[in-house]
Order: sequence, then C-alpha cells, then structure tokens
Amino acid sequence: MEHQSHITLPKGSIEKTTTTLNIGPTHPATHGVFQNIMEVDGERVVSTEQTVGYIHRAFEKLAERRPLYQITPITDRLNYCSSPINNMGWHITCERFLKLELPKRVDYLRVIIMELARISDHLICNSIVGVDTGAYTGFLYVMQYRELIYEIYEEVSGSRLTTNIGRIGGFERNFTNTAFTKLEKFLNEYPKVLKEFENLFARNRIFMERTQGTGGISAERALNYGFTGPNLRAAGVDYDVRVQQPYSSYQDFDFKVPVGTTGDNYDRFLVRNAEMYESISIIKQAYQKIQNFKGAEAEIYHADVPEYYLPKKEDVYTKMEALIWHFKIIMGEIELPKGQIYSAVEGGNGELGFYLISDGGRTPFRLHFRRPCFIYYQAFEELIKGGMLSDAVVTMSSLNLIAGELDA
Amino acid sequence: MALSNETIQNKLIEKFGDQVLNFSTASGILSFESPKEINLKVLQYLYEEPSLGFTFLTDLCGVNYPDNIGAELVVVYHLHNFSENIRLRYSISTSINETAVFTVSKLFESANWMERETYDFFGINFVGHPNLKRILNVEEMDYFPLRKEYPLEDQTRIDKDDEMFGRG
Repeated sequence: MEHQSHITLPKGSIEKTTTTLNIGPTHPATHGVFQNIMEVDGERVVSTEQTVGYIHRAFEKLAERRPLYQITPITDRLNYCSSPINNMGWHITCERFLKLELPKRVDYLRVIIMELARISDHLICNSIVGVDTGAYTGFLYVMQYRELIYEIYEEVSGSRLTTNIGRIGGFERNFTNTAFTKLEKFLNEYPKVLKEFENLFARNRIFMERTQGTGGISAERALNYGFTGPNLRAAGVDYDVRVQQPYSSYQDFDFKVPVGTTGDNYDRFLVRNAEMYESISIIKQAYQKIQNFKGAEAEIYHADVPEYYLPKKEDVYTKMEALIWHFKIIMGEIELPKGQIYSAVEGGNGELGFYLISDGGRTPFRLHFRRPCFIYYQAFEELIKGGMLSDAVVTMSSLNLIAGELDA
Repeated sequence: MALSNETIQNKLIEKFGDQVLNFSTASGILSFESPKEINLKVLQYLYEEPSLGFTFLTDLCGVNYPDNIGAELVVVYHLHNFSENIRLRYSISTSINETAVFTVSKLFESANWMERETYDFFGINFVGHPNLKRILNVEEMDYFPLRKEYPLEDQTRIDKDDEMFGRG
C-alpha cells in the first residue's frame, strides 16, 4: 500500500498503548463547559488534563470600574446555582469593610435566603449525581422544589436565577406575605420529599456500588489541595465558615456540621444530603426568630446607611437630601475608605472569599474572588486516576463544579 | 494554646529578624511583608512550625501598584490555621521588569492553579512551577490584562459603531 505522506501523526502515536480522549468543552456528561483531555487505557483513566477558561468574563477587571453596588450582579454569575449566597457574601464583605451594623432581622432574613440557596445548590448537585449514575427520577422529582425556592427568590428580588438579591445594608424591600406563605409551604412539604429522595439513593445497591470508593481523597490531601465546603467535610474535616467565622448572625443558630470519612462520591452525597436537613432546621429557627419580632422591629429590612442604601422613591421626588443621596449612589460618587479586607462566606461548594483592596477611590482598586471550585478542581486528576471513565463523570458532578465560578 | 496575632508576629521576628516587616492588623487579620527571596522559607516555617501550623492556603492572588516603582507587582497569600481558627495575610512584592518569584506549589498543591492564574493576569513568573502557562485566557495572548496599564474601555466613548448591537 502506498505510504500516505501528507498525514503527520503525532510522534509515538502508533506505538502508544493508550487512547487520547477529548471530553468537552461541551458534552452531555459534563453539565457545563468543561474540557478534559484524557489518556485512557481501555476504560481506565491513565491521566487527564483539565482545560478551564471557556467562559472567562474578566470579572475581576470589570469590578475595578464599578461602584460597590454594581458589583453585585457580577457575583450572581459566579456560582449561579446559589447566586443569593454570592450576593450576600459580597454585601457582607462591603458591610464589614465599611463597618456597618445590621439589624438582627436583616441578618435572619439573609440566613433564610442563603440557606434556601444552599438547599437548591445541593439539590442540583445530588440529583445530578443521581442522573449520572442512571437515576433520572430523583432529578425530575426534586426539580419542583427548586422551583418553589426560585419562586421565593422571585417574590423577594424579582428574578430567579441571577438574583441580585439584597443591597448593601439590607434588602431592597421587605419580604411580602406571599414570600412567607411560600416559605411555609416549602418548609411543610420539602422535608418529606427530601426523605423520599434520600430513600431512593442512600441505601440503593446500584447507587452505592457506583459511588462508594470512587473519587475518594484523604483529609490531608484535600487540605493540601485547598478543598473547602462539603467536599472537604466529606473527607472528614469539620471546617465550615458559618461556624468558624460566623457572619450574618449564624452564631444564633443551632446546627450540626455533617462530616464524612472517605471523601468519596458517596460521602459527598451523604454530606450534602445531611446539610440540607440542617439548612431546613436553620430556616425554621430563623423564621421563628423573625416571627418573634414585634411592632416596628418587625418591619425593619435594612440598616440606616444613607451613603449606600437608596432612599425611598417618594422621598427622592419630594426631599432634597434624598435626591442628592440617590444621585450620588446611582452615579457611584461615594468615596470608599482606604484599606483592604478578606471576607468569606460558606458558599454552596466551599469557602467563597472576597479580597477587596481600596485606595480611597470610588471603585475597588482590586477585587479578587476566592472561588472554591477553581481551587479544588485541580485535584480532579488525582481523584479519578486509575478509575473507570464512567466514574470520572460521576466524580465530576459530585464535586459540584460550576463553570461560572470556575472561570470567573 | 490560643494563638494570637502578637505571638505569630513575635515568632516570625524571632526567626527572620528584620526581614519580616510592615506588620499591621486590618479587620482582625495580621498582615506582613518580606523580601520576595525568602517567601518559600517564610511559608515553610509557617507551615512546619507546630505552634503556628498555617497548613491551609486559602488564597493566592496578585495586585499591581503601578506607582510603587521597583515593587509594582505584589503576590498576596492568605493562610489559615484551622485548629486555632486564625487567618494570616502575607505579601511579597517584585519589580515589573524582574518578576521571578519562587513557587509555593510544592508546599501547597492548591497553589498550582492559583499561581497559573496570577501568571496569566499579572505576568508573575513563578520559578519552579511545574506547568506555568495561561489558564483562563487564551494562550496566544501577549499581555497581562489585570495590570493597571490596561484600563477598561471608556464607557462614554462615542467613536464606536454599535449599530450592529442595537445600541447605535
């Protein structure tokens, strides 16, 4: 046969015994924009190289030109499965930086929203793990409860996915009665559904065999890799920002920090499931505390910070002072104090940190987002090496990788 | 038992003398600086000294101060001691013309990508890094976009034809 000289194969590609397999950037099994160039020997993964950055949007650069309140919509687009946590994390960073004191009721309302967001985040992650192991039912079933959570967001902020919820100093408006009715409905119905969801998976032989012992990591390696959140807790380290450095009055709540032992996909699933029960309990406590407020206190939904919190619209139309503040805030003409701060919240998938440096200008001099999944995605190769390709897919979803957060 | 910012500061001064400087406490976190040559020594000491135990690298990022001639680029490390629940901020600075800094990716696996990100955006050359290439931006890019010499587009410019995007 004639030698085809116009085809140049990479050196050594005939001799090598492994196959190079490109998964992604878009692939039905990756649930997001992830590319992996894998070397596989049959169905075993020999090595992989993760490529990230396909949806990089230069948030850190954009933030250098925006006043603080305009950065909130950017944070929506980090981990878009739990945007309210990102929003609140950013507000809390600003409030700590500006040394603002918030009323307790605002803190509790925020806790409700953040824990709802955590539930919706974990719910998606766990049900997607189910989908990847072959059980679509759970995913479809719990989707209607995520919908209920989104309706609560909608009632509070007007939008569902990229919520832009809350303002520096509080909320844009008080929670309506509809919001509380929906919350009550959620609290009444969801625990039963979660129990059913758990029954479907937790002791299911097929699910256990697919997830136990795959994608595991020891506590030491997880710490060295910078794991945080449920992934670290599944490896047995009880680090939770809500407990270690409480924000938004988390110290007033009574909750457990579930931990696993092996750090494998099964433990990650169980930890997330257990965290959802804890979140429900926190929401119940917060709702109780909110109902205990009486009189004028029960109507407070923001702190008194005229420099950052927009005045009421009717005041803007009738009062000079309010009009001036309104203009100054909207145009971003408030000078920030000098200094720097690192502030973190417990996001859906780990410690979401904001490192803000201000040089006294109107916009941050530098803003860095500590995105948990960017940091722990490095460990992906170590987690899946030597395992089956199909386990790699499950590992990827059980890590709760969100492309928006990864690429910032 | 309880590790305080003063203890950390004293231990560092005891070990490194006047090479560790500019101690300050902003919002509860102790910050300090050192010459870039000893960054690995400082971090290793913080990591390995049992009474300090800063074994968790929370964050690593770059900052560009164009007005600090000779120290335009800064690398900031945020460390965390989980058992004592205390954070620490450590920074080193380097000239924009000579950006070599030792990598800490041998000490912390997590630094691998964070250093790549810092290289990608600020052009800080981490010496000894196993795979120092761009991570979020395209590999063909020939500049470092988060440096202050690249300002964002003026939002009030009018010379651009935006008709195609419905903003004309």
